[in-house]
Amino acid sequence: MKKINFLIALVWSFAGLAQQTPAPEQTEAITITGTTAHIGNGTVIENCSIVFENGKITAIGSSVTAKGKSIDASGKHIYPGFIAPGKSLGLVEVNAVRASNDQDELGDFIPHIRSLIAYNAESKVVESMRPNGVLLAQITPKGGRISGTSSIVQFDAWNWEDAAVKVDDGIHLNWPGTFRRGRWWLGEPRGYQPNKNYQKNIDAVKSFMANSLAYGKASVKEKNQAFAAMQGLFDGSQKLYLYAQGEKEILDGITTAKDAGVKNIVLVGGYHAYKITDFLKQHNIPVLVNFTHTLPNFEDDDYDFTFKLPKLLVDAGLLVGLQNASASNFQTRNLPFYAGQVVAQGLGKEKALQLISGNTAKILGIDADYGTLEVGKSATFFVSDGDALDMRTNQLSHAFINGRAISLETHQTKLWKRYMEKFEGK
Amino acid sequence: MKLRLLTLALLWCGASLFAQDYFPENDGVKSKNNNYYAFTNAKIYVTPTQVIQNGTLLIQNGKVVQVGSSVVIPKNAVVENLSGKSIYPSFIDAFSSFGVEKPKRAPGGGRSPQYEATREGFYWNDHIMPENKAVEKFKYDSKKAGELRKAGFGVVNAHIQDAIARGTGVMVALNDDGGDADRILEDASAQYFSFSKSVTKRQSYPTSLMGATALMRQLYYDMDWYAKGNVTTKDRSIEALIENKNLPQIFAAGGNGNVQRADKIGDQFGIQYTILAGGDEYAHVDAIKNTNAKLIVPLNFPKAYDVSDPYAAQYINLKDMRHWNLAPTNPKVLADNGVQFSLTLHNLKSTGDFKTMLMKAIKHGLSKTKALEALTTTPASILGASNKIGSLQSGRHANFLIASGDIFDKSTTLYENWVQGQKNVINDKDQKDIRGDYDLSAGGLTYKMAISGEASKPKIEIKQDTLKHKSKLAYKNDWVNFSFSTDEGKKTCRMTGKVSKNSDNLKGRLILPNGKESSFNAIKTTSFEEKEKKADEAVEKPELVAMTYPNIGYGYATKPQQENMLFKNATVWTGEAVLENTDVFVKNGKISKVGTNLSAGSAKVIDATGKHLTAGVIDEHSHIGALAINEAGHNSSAEVKMTDVVDPLDIDLYRNLAGGVTTIQLLHGSANPIGGRSAILRLKWGEDAEGLIFPNMPKFIKFALGENVKQSNWQSFSRFPQTRMGVEQAFMNYFQMAKEYDAKKKSGQAYRYDEEMETIAEILNGERFISCHSYVQSEINMLMKVAEKFNFKVNTFTHILEGYKVADKMAEHGVGGSTFSDWWAYKYEVNDAIPYNAAIMNSQGVTVAINSDDAEMSRRLNQEAGKTIKYGGMSEIDAWKTVTLNPAKLLHIDDRVGSIEAGKDADLTLWTDHPMSVYAKAEKTIIEGVVYFDLAKDKMQREAIQKERTKLINMMLKEKSGGGKTQAPKQKKKPRFECETL
Repeated sequence: MKKINFLIALVWSFAGLAQQTPAPEQTEAITITGTTAHIGNGTVIENCSIVFENGKITAIGSSVTAKGKSIDASGKHIYPGFIAPGKSLGLVEVNAVRASNDQDELGDFIPHIRSLIAYNAESKVVESMRPNGVLLAQITPKGGRISGTSSIVQFDAWNWEDAAVKVDDGIHLNWPGTFRRGRWWLGEPRGYQPNKNYQKNIDAVKSFMANSLAYGKASVKEKNQAFAAMQGLFDGSQKLYLYAQGEKEILDGITTAKDAGVKNIVLVGGYHAYKITDFLKQHNIPVLVNFTHTLPNFEDDDYDFTFKLPKLLVDAGLLVGLQNASASNFQTRNLPFYAGQVVAQGLGKEKALQLISGNTAKILGIDADYGTLEVGKSATFFVSDGDALDMRTNQLSHAFINGRAISLETHQTKLWKRYMEKFEGK
Repeated sequence: MKLRLLTLALLWCGASLFAQDYFPENDGVKSKNNNYYAFTNAKIYVTPTQVIQNGTLLIQNGKVVQVGSSVVIPKNAVVENLSGKSIYPSFIDAFSSFGVEKPKRAPGGGRSPQYEATREGFYWNDHIMPENKAVEKFKYDSKKAGELRKAGFGVVNAHIQDAIARGTGVMVALNDDGGDADRILEDASAQYFSFSKSVTKRQSYPTSLMGATALMRQLYYDMDWYAKGNVTTKDRSIEALIENKNLPQIFAAGGNGNVQRADKIGDQFGIQYTILAGGDEYAHVDAIKNTNAKLIVPLNFPKAYDVSDPYAAQYINLKDMRHWNLAPTNPKVLADNGVQFSLTLHNLKSTGDFKTMLMKAIKHGLSKTKALEALTTTPASILGASNKIGSLQSGRHANFLIASGDIFDKSTTLYENWVQGQKNVINDKDQKDIRGDYDLSAGGLTYKMAISGEASKPKIEIKQDTLKHKSKLAYKNDWVNFSFSTDEGKKTCRMTGKVSKNSDNLKGRLILPNGKESSFNAIKTTSFEEKEKKADEAVEKPELVAMTYPNIGYGYATKPQQENMLFKNATVWTGEAVLENTDVFVKNGKISKVGTNLSAGSAKVIDATGKHLTAGVIDEHSHIGALAINEAGHNSSAEVKMTDVVDPLDIDLYRNLAGGVTTIQLLHGSANPIGGRSAILRLKWGEDAEGLIFPNMPKFIKFALGENVKQSNWQSFSRFPQTRMGVEQAFMNYFQMAKEYDAKKKSGQAYRYDEEMETIAEILNGERFISCHSYVQSEINMLMKVAEKFNFKVNTFTHILEGYKVADKMAEHGVGGSTFSDWWAYKYEVNDAIPYNAAIMNSQGVTVAINSDDAEMSRRLNQEAGKTIKYGGMSEIDAWKTVTLNPAKLLHIDDRVGSIEAGKDADLTLWTDHPMSVYAKAEKTIIEGVVYFDLAKDKMQREAIQKERTKLINMMLKEKSGGGKTQAPKQKKKPRFECETL
């Protein structure tokens, strides 16, 4: 017990020491000049100036008048803050340390579980996103059939209330698979075999949705927290994030949710979504597609299948964002490079950028404020020395969240500097 | 009461036994049957190649006395005229579990693994049980014996199918009438081995295929040491092993290259095993042939996959579809290549499937002579029992089959299976075969009647023109009863008649639906044999798909060949510089010239304008292309070799090539402070396991520190070490032992050869290099100090995430660092892991590589190198070295690969863009002048895969609609390994 306490204390102290102090509110107008602005909606403005005041963009273009403090960004690039959907950032600090893991609650149908209140605004992992341009995320519970309710946060905050951008934005449903992995520890072969319980699993979802709907129609005395938490799906105030990969699973999932009265559905995953793009278009389903830095699921798949999947969906005319929901949280700082990978498959750079900015904001329903560099929107963006979608040139000099100039230091940059000083100084 | 019952039982048993000369007889008078049996006028297969037409087989007292065409029949002979029938030696299965109870799995022993052996007076590893004797567990199973005889078997060699060293088998004749005294032909018939642990024991070691392999090697070293009298204590396992030395040695290896793995162990110790194969040998028959081993081959041809649901069909790999198509050719391919093999029932779900599977093999080209050899003479010779069984030469056991004709013909009926001169009737041979087509006249109408199926259990079909009537047939003791119904079953005609010996026609009593009696007459128009023959001729030859190198999707139809090439106008990253508009000439697998305006001569010219040519990427830390990664059973596993478990069929090898990777170090995992020996592989897609291994591979071993070796992140609390303090002492202990071992060895004294100590001594002697998994600075520092105490240098710290904190000490020690570009936060010890690590170490003069430890990241190592520019500002030249020249240096292969210099091997990648850009694709990946990956070829492969999948899916649909059995779609997938995979 002593040992465990000690460990907790240690983790705590490290985390506490490292966090950057949140930046103060923007008090004066700032103009960034001479930059190449990547708007996030598919367009670029060369030699652009961008003016922001009180946390909002007030002017942008190649011939706007500078106002207030000026930052020369000649030869540099400006991008909207990147947005990471489906992550448990701030819910887990160190994967292998159970005490630091708050992402997966007990239970199969637990929409009432809310990520926001467990979000650690001072996480070292969260802080490490910022020097790569990832400034916002949808914080999402994991596991089970319905994992819980997510909220969207920005990455420079004192606490979770400060961080919240959109509270309880969506409910996350892991659709069952027609195939399942062999339980090799029980002597089954490794690999995939048909899931004999698939229909049973679907029936459980249907029943839960039907009960939730029925519950919402009457005013009952005894509250059912789980059913109550589902109501936003039926009145359209919350979105259903449906995690499904196979063609059959996607069709079953969307049909079931629609039939149950869910208003807004977002497909998350969509490994085989490219085969049913007409269906998705017809039902107006946007896709948060799997990130590119994964291996193909099937041995005979094209080696670059995961690289090009986002492009296949964009080309089909769908609204597409990128997520790395299944990856470790620390990997999320690679979000820009996941998008860059699609460029090598023939998607234009600005379109690739949309996958992690403008499109994602639309899909998550925060596009009134975030995702693109447009007048009236939040001044949440960053300046990079070069192309932010390429590893070599993603070099940030400035970043702003709601107009606040945030620190680009982290626990990691501090250690870097400390040890370089040690060596260079001797 | 109990005693009386026992006495009665004994008396009863005694009576049923063959009388044995010296046993007292109290239930009658002593009597002997010394009569002969003579089987005359039969076609006799004395051996598969010695066939006597119209011969006589003479047996007496359970043995063959004489066989030939002019045998003088003694007067006291019972004569059976087998005119038109055939006699074969009965079949033998050399790999059986008959009568030996399946060992039961030991109950779960808590969550913590058990590291020590549980036995005393035996070998130190519980899975080594050469002292086991199947005969001691043997209990005759007459029900199973009946099934086996029905399939044609007369003798089986059974053993306890459990453990790595399994002990001896028992050779049993399937003789129901005799007792064990008669039917047990050998009580220690062969010695068996396998790669699988005993289910009855819970000792952890070995947890892996390479561990089992190493254990077998050490066992033989220990046997030698023991045999020379160097051990003062008694080891009953080794003594049994010595005693069993001269028996036939049989290794249950299985497929997936395990035949070669088993043979390699034997080669090292002068033992030629007979090897149980897996059924996929057709795909690498040259390697199988090179083993010179006799094989025992299963007939477990897979069922077609049920592909009627196209979504589900996606889950099946082309590799598995192909195996369905080609597996039945396995016996034929082995036979064609001169591999001697016997067939076994092993791995068949039911003995009843045997004939179907055998017929399938024959349909796929296995000759009947080879089939018969594989069931008679070859298993007899494998068991060293050719003088007793397997043929019908005089003196052999009278184990033979009487059949209506060719035993390998579908329509043939097996009448009798004689074992040790005891008759066992399978089908009544005197019952007439009534199968054929008839014209039936009954009640004033004529019908077409066809009798088919098995001669002993025939089926009937009665038609009026094209209208099929529901009909039934029973045939027993020379009487046929049959009926058919009309008017939707409302009216039934019943018929019965005695089959005549003299006429092929049937006639007899007819009862009409209205109860009136009449007679029927059926005139035979076609005999069954003729019909079958025609049907057989009509059967189309099986359609087979082609194999590739390697034999999975994306394998090449022919192995790619070395080419001379001239790259024109490339941006060339030599290693130390980036040269614009430069040519590189590749000749005979080497880089011959780097310059401008080189002339191509006869070499192929590749226009590389706008493209970048670099040395192929090298991954210092990889776990792809392996069948196992960790031998976690001991805290030191220096005796295991990754070269024992190379898997050339891993699609990730190809995907790595598509990412410009040419060479990897296949490392053991990080479960133990001292891991196993590495394999350095070149990704020569299409070569076998041996062909992938880097020539004159420098010797490496994996070490590990920290959470994994302490077993911090899973439930294991019993293995030393549990702390970093213990890790140091584990190393001190092993190095000291190895030092003492080496000193003794060098002194010329007798010593027990110990593979583990040999390996660790190589480190001390500077002949083997350590690549050590490491995270925090304390342990990194510690290992350097331990090494310095023993006067050697650590070669590489891999992962080395806090290397930056001790970069000065590392530079001073002279150790390299091979790290992740940006991984952290996944466990406690990577809290201070920073992406600036590579840049800091580099700045202090440490040779730095970026590695993957991950099958996905390894195919983008070029991008990971690019991250060192972002994090810490490394120069482009230095950044690129982290995935080419520096890992080559760390692996001691930089004289051959890692940069573009005249004289080095032509291991090259042509990129479409700046090689460290996220926008770059590998267009060609070349190893020793052979193009192993080419974007254009890849496109063709994709199309070929789709075409072949469609073809096989259609074939499987056809099989299903034709009534063939199917299995549910599955995706076979081996786990993807990383360091911690157990």
